[in-house]
Amino acid sequence: MRVTTTVNGERYDVDDVWEGESLLYMLRERMGLPGSKNACEQGECGSCTVYLDGLPVCACLVAAGQAGGRQVTTVEGLGSAEDLHPVQQAFIAAGAVQCGFCTPGLIVQTHDLLRRDPHPDDAEIREALAGNLCRCTGYEKILDAVRLAAETMSAAPVDDPSGAAS
Amino acid sequence: MFGQRIRRVEDPRLLSGRGRYLDDLGHDALAVAFVRSPHAHARIVDIDVSAALAVDGLVAIYTYDDLDGRTSEPLPLLIPHPTLNQGRTPYPLADGEVNHVGEAIAMVVASDRYVAEDVVGLIQVEYEPLPPVVGLAASRDGDALVHADVPGNVAATMVQEVGDAAAAIAAAAHRATLSLSIERSASMPMEGKGVLARWDADDESLLVHTSTQSSTSVRQAIAAKLSIPVDRVEVVTPDIGGGFGVKIVHPWPEEILVPWAARRLGQPVKWVEDRREHFISSAHERGQLHEVEVGYDDDGRLCGLSVRFWHDNGAYTPYGLIVPIITSTQLLGPYKPGAYRVEFQSMYTNTVIVTPYRGAGRPQGCFVMERVMDAIAADLGIDRAVVRERNFIQPAEMPYDHGLMFQDGRPLVYDSGDFPASLAKLKALVGWDEFDSFRAAARAEGRRVGIGLGCYVEGTGVGPYEGGHLRVETDGSVVVSTGLTSQGQGHQTMLAQIVADELGVEMERVRVTTGDTRRFKYAVGTFASRTAVMSGSAVALTARKVRAKALKIAANALEAAVDDLEIVDGQIRVKGSPGSEIDLGSVAVLSNPLRYAFDAGAARATQFAGPVDPTAPPVPEGEQPGLEGTDYYSPVGSTFANGMHAVVVETDPETAEINILRYCVVHDCGTVINPMIVEGQIHGGVAQGVAGALYERMEYDDAGQLLNASYMDFLMPYASEVPHIEIDHLETPSPLNPLGVKGAGEAGVIPGSAAIAAAIEDAEGFAITTMPISPSQLFDLRRRHCER
Repeated sequence: MRVTTTVNGERYDVDDVWEGESLLYMLRERMGLPGSKNACEQGECGSCTVYLDGLPVCACLVAAGQAGGRQVTTVEGLGSAEDLHPVQQAFIAAGAVQCGFCTPGLIVQTHDLLRRDPHPDDAEIREALAGNLCRCTGYEKILDAVRLAAETMSAAPVDDPSGAAS
Repeated sequence: MFGQRIRRVEDPRLLSGRGRYLDDLGHDALAVAFVRSPHAHARIVDIDVSAALAVDGLVAIYTYDDLDGRTSEPLPLLIPHPTLNQGRTPYPLADGEVNHVGEAIAMVVASDRYVAEDVVGLIQVEYEPLPPVVGLAASRDGDALVHADVPGNVAATMVQEVGDAAAAIAAAAHRATLSLSIERSASMPMEGKGVLARWDADDESLLVHTSTQSSTSVRQAIAAKLSIPVDRVEVVTPDIGGGFGVKIVHPWPEEILVPWAARRLGQPVKWVEDRREHFISSAHERGQLHEVEVGYDDDGRLCGLSVRFWHDNGAYTPYGLIVPIITSTQLLGPYKPGAYRVEFQSMYTNTVIVTPYRGAGRPQGCFVMERVMDAIAADLGIDRAVVRERNFIQPAEMPYDHGLMFQDGRPLVYDSGDFPASLAKLKALVGWDEFDSFRAAARAEGRRVGIGLGCYVEGTGVGPYEGGHLRVETDGSVVVSTGLTSQGQGHQTMLAQIVADELGVEMERVRVTTGDTRRFKYAVGTFASRTAVMSGSAVALTARKVRAKALKIAANALEAAVDDLEIVDGQIRVKGSPGSEIDLGSVAVLSNPLRYAFDAGAARATQFAGPVDPTAPPVPEGEQPGLEGTDYYSPVGSTFANGMHAVVVETDPETAEINILRYCVVHDCGTVINPMIVEGQIHGGVAQGVAGALYERMEYDDAGQLLNASYMDFLMPYASEVPHIEIDHLETPSPLNPLGVKGAGEAGVIPGSAAIAAAIEDAEGFAITTMPISPSQLFDLRRRHCER
């Protein structure tokens, strides 16, 4: 089947998509967007978190066809290596990245948290990130990064590329 | 740069989705899926592929009968040991018998993974089930055998003894016996394993990308198995999504089969492990049962210690006896045991193989020794910290020789450490001396709180060697490579910091490559917290060599003495004489006398560019063209890092929920290259220690089925479970290497179970002898202790 969808603000017409295929597979294998990672394929680890019409979802649990006519935002759409989003910059400054495999999902999830709640307390941060597994960091510096991002983003608000209706 | 909190150079790519992990490569490759055994132990009667052959997109199905040459032989036994006289390794595809659920039986190659999985579902395998051996008790019974030709399921028995432990214990004023066990867990990196192979038929060469901790050794193994000259094989590690030990094992069956199929089919072939495969066909660790006898004096000092333990090695022993050898030696921690005897048996079971997982046998050893310390303290009514202090090796006793052989086949000699100072720091950090009143006040409110300690020594920086290569390019950039691999530890940053300092260049000019055999052929691998010690020292030595060469060339160009020169920010200048200087890029140009001016810079080194000395050759005798160098670091023995953790827990009087109130760490990894990276290593280790103490276990049923083989059922902690971690550092530099570093990768995980068990024991008032412990297990223990 053909799926027409908007990813990171760009329209894609993807042909020969199998009905059983996941959005994650379509993004990674058919659209050249491998930023979202596949670590469990059952929605437990959050490594494939993307926005679908402004809501964070596990792309492994969404059928590719369900993205038809909708807006998808992946980690690639939040900021590039040359022009990082404040959330990404905060992860560098806090030392919150180790192997980096869970990181794209955590960036999207953190972005969503701070969009909804610009000043989360520690319990709220832990709760918001409790769908994202990280095996390297013990989460300590990820929490530091979220607090740092909250500070910098309140001081200097940025555009929201998530595709959410505001 | 050295010692500074430098931001990681790896991060901008990884944060923006531009990391390139194994599954991000090879979109043109054929996909692989495996038929894996659903039985823990069975004979394969028949494999019928007829129903699968019509599937559109199927390329090939391979079984053991298709394997040729050395691929049809068992995989190598990587670390042989004289006592491992019943070592067994699997075939790449099972040869008539399977020994654990998940063992590969048939390999399917297809146009994509969806098709390959469909084909797997259509292949019919007929099995004759055999009695499964699950758990150490069944293995020790020996009623059923994992391998029919291995009597009693015993792979190896090993004994080490210093002094006469039995006599020392018998003569001691006090004696105790303990039975202590730890269950299985696993490394469980977020990225599983994966292999991509490309065969170039014109060049008769193989390019393999694999998610490994040892690319050089995988290269040798592939060449040997596929009977290809080793210079026709290159192995590259892309970004790797975590390892924690499981990726040091090699070659995995898939690391042989995928290149073999790529050559056979003449097309790129890729296999990426899914999560269930990782649970049932990679490796686990930790499962051990220990019986301890200890003798001690009235002050709580050890007179003699005797430990017997049984190590569950799973179905095969490709990694030899490394894990139990580490337990048997590192169990001693910072203490003098008096006379010491240790005996272990490595036992086969019909379960996934057991190979090192971060800590590698040390968490079990630490659990045993720290439980012994707490038992002595309880028996004699002495403060638990005081018992430890009385048994510590003192700083003046370094280097301290235990008289045992360590995992590297060399003597167990501690190089450094100040254990009394570390404990004093920890007691201050956690408020040890004030805890009695806190506990009493909490009790008065009906709350149960407890505190526990865990101390460890970790042999790090294990040999035999690592190397480094460094070249200054003509634009002044510095390219560095080392053969060992990175799994997310920030090696590129840490090694660039060392090079920047040693050479005298800005860090931004330094680019580091790891784990690429095209760039560096001789290496061992990343394990045993060894990168900073081994490759750090190697690149430092290499940078010193290149610096010396640069100064020599610059001295000639500047008409100055070498000793008068310094390198600052990539400029070589005469000390205290501004104005006369030459940049490293220009020195690199001069180091390579040229005939052809392929760019403007090169023109400066061509044959008519300046005056020549007709009596000397263009490349001076004994020199080589280019501003580059290679050096190696090979120490006489391991470094020994150490640390101590203190944990405060609260247990719910009704639900038995276990809550960590504080987690404090004092850590000594020698000199610290990048505090931010070291802290991250400790945090990650502690999280795995907490996980192993409270959440993670491998739930095998009696039939050998792993019941919790998914992230849904295996309780890997989220941000909601891991506590805040407080850290203090002590730096006692290692005298063994040029940087004084000791390694930090594994440390955080080691004392988790020991310290948490002690804290729960303190809160509850009865002994904790088995870890991990869940609220329901604690609840049951309470009932049993009430009934007594």
